Amino acid sequence: MSARHAQTIAFALLALSTLLVVLPALFMVFFLVRNGLPALSAEFLLGEPKDGMRAGGIFPAIVGSFCLVVGAITVSVPIGVLTAIYLSEYSSDSAFTRLVRLAILNLAGVPSVVYGLFGMGLFVYFLGFGQSIMAGALTLSIMNLPVIITATREALQSVPPSFREVSLALGATRWQTVRYAVLPNAIPGILTGVILEVSRAAGETAPILFTVAAFYLPGLPQSVFDPVMALPYHLYSISTQVPNISAGMRYGTALTLVGLVLSVNVVAIFLRAHLRRKRRW
Amino acid sequence: MVAAQPDIRPKIRSEEWSVWYGERQVLRSVTLGVRANEILSIIGPANSGKTTFLRSLNRLIDVARGVRTSGRLYLDEEDIREAREVEALRKRVGMVLALPAPLNLSVFENVAYGPRRHHIGERARLEEIVEKSLRAAYLWDEVKDRLHVSGFALSGGQQQRLCIARTLAVEPEVILFDEPCSGLDPISTARVEEAMIGLKKKYTQVLVTNNNMQAARVGDRTAFFLMGELIELGETRAIFTAPKNQKTEGYLSGRFG
Repeated sequence: MSARHAQTIAFALLALSTLLVVLPALFMVFFLVRNGLPALSAEFLLGEPKDGMRAGGIFPAIVGSFCLVVGAITVSVPIGVLTAIYLSEYSSDSAFTRLVRLAILNLAGVPSVVYGLFGMGLFVYFLGFGQSIMAGALTLSIMNLPVIITATREALQSVPPSFREVSLALGATRWQTVRYAVLPNAIPGILTGVILEVSRAAGETAPILFTVAAFYLPGLPQSVFDPVMALPYHLYSISTQVPNISAGMRYGTALTLVGLVLSVNVVAIFLRAHLRRKRRW
Repeated sequence: MVAAQPDIRPKIRSEEWSVWYGERQVLRSVTLGVRANEILSIIGPANSGKTTFLRSLNRLIDVARGVRTSGRLYLDEEDIREAREVEALRKRVGMVLALPAPLNLSVFENVAYGPRRHHIGERARLEEIVEKSLRAAYLWDEVKDRLHVSGFALSGGQQQRLCIARTLAVEPEVILFDEPCSGLDPISTARVEEAMIGLKKKYTQVLVTNNNMQAARVGDRTAFFLMGELIELGETRAIFTAPKNQKTEGYLSGRFG
């Protein structure tokens, strides 16, 4: 086979593989939009479910998912970012930090349904939060800690070492150096972690299955100790537990879930792009 | 060598200063003194320990892992190793790094970075410090109309003078230069050297350089390091015209290094 032929075949394979990645994505979006879009209406988005969830809207589930995402981020971003700073900027290579790194690797490898079980044991029963936003958000935040920590550590390590040296050489303390010379330049990378977390927290079903999600709960939560409906679990319920439901309800719910995650991501991506433009090194 | 001028008390003094990175010894029992208001040039081939010596003086070597030292270092006869607050020491002993390293901030905020960290927040006071520091670094006239552009928007030579201004802004007594012109063209280099000579009135300066001509141009005295040892230290003219040690002569004539 001539070199030219080999090249043609290689390029064809590369293009084909790339196409195979694009096709399912396009197909899924098309499928969701075609089946789900007709179901979207003000009543669907802002109304309560009716008639055994065969009619009405999904507003309680949207609010529930929103609460869970915000709650999970509120807990995991500060803890994750501070842990990453400790690991990347302060700690030397000790037995303790090796243990922490091992723990993070393990957390990242645990299946999400195990998080659900763990969250139920710890938050729902042992700490007595019951099935609640609190229990669900905490479970999701633990699941997402490895994501935030890893993204933040990579972001911190991509800040040039000279920034730290310059700051220290000017007599700044190590904390001032982190706070003023390093962290501001790591924010785009940290946002990447947050984007990933939003998608996961909004989309995962297993961790909220045992800790928060209600099958049917019209009305909105009054406190963080109330259970809520959530979009992924709602989708699962109406697809498996409710007979004779229209496809529009199911695809409408799926489209809403994807749309919400996507719009949060788009905001974060624009914010990140804006911050990156200021980066010059 | 210091003993030859007993009337001049050195600003900085090292006594048998040795440094190891892990098992590797990079400085071997270096004893020398730096006089107040002089520029001491340190020359030598790569891996001769020049930069490590410089970083010992503001304890920036503390940041690296597995560093071991022995011997003594003094700043105004106070033991550098026992400085209670390393931040206070680094404020007195400023440093300019090899490659221009502006922070990802505006020109103004680059210079104001140090003072802000030392709790100067008042705008008028900061403006005064920034202008004074930029003037002392011979940069004011070139940047006074664009203090709010990014430090990275300046040319390489301007960036390095910005770094000098930033160092001056915390009012140090000593300035360490770690190959400050290694990435600069000759004209930019000349401007940085001009700034260094202008700073002699107020500051004691130690210049590590790979450029022997630069040492000859700006150094009052010159030290030659080789493999972690101080081979020779003397008046710059004496070192360059009549080195006492054969190794110094060999290095200066380009036979090794």
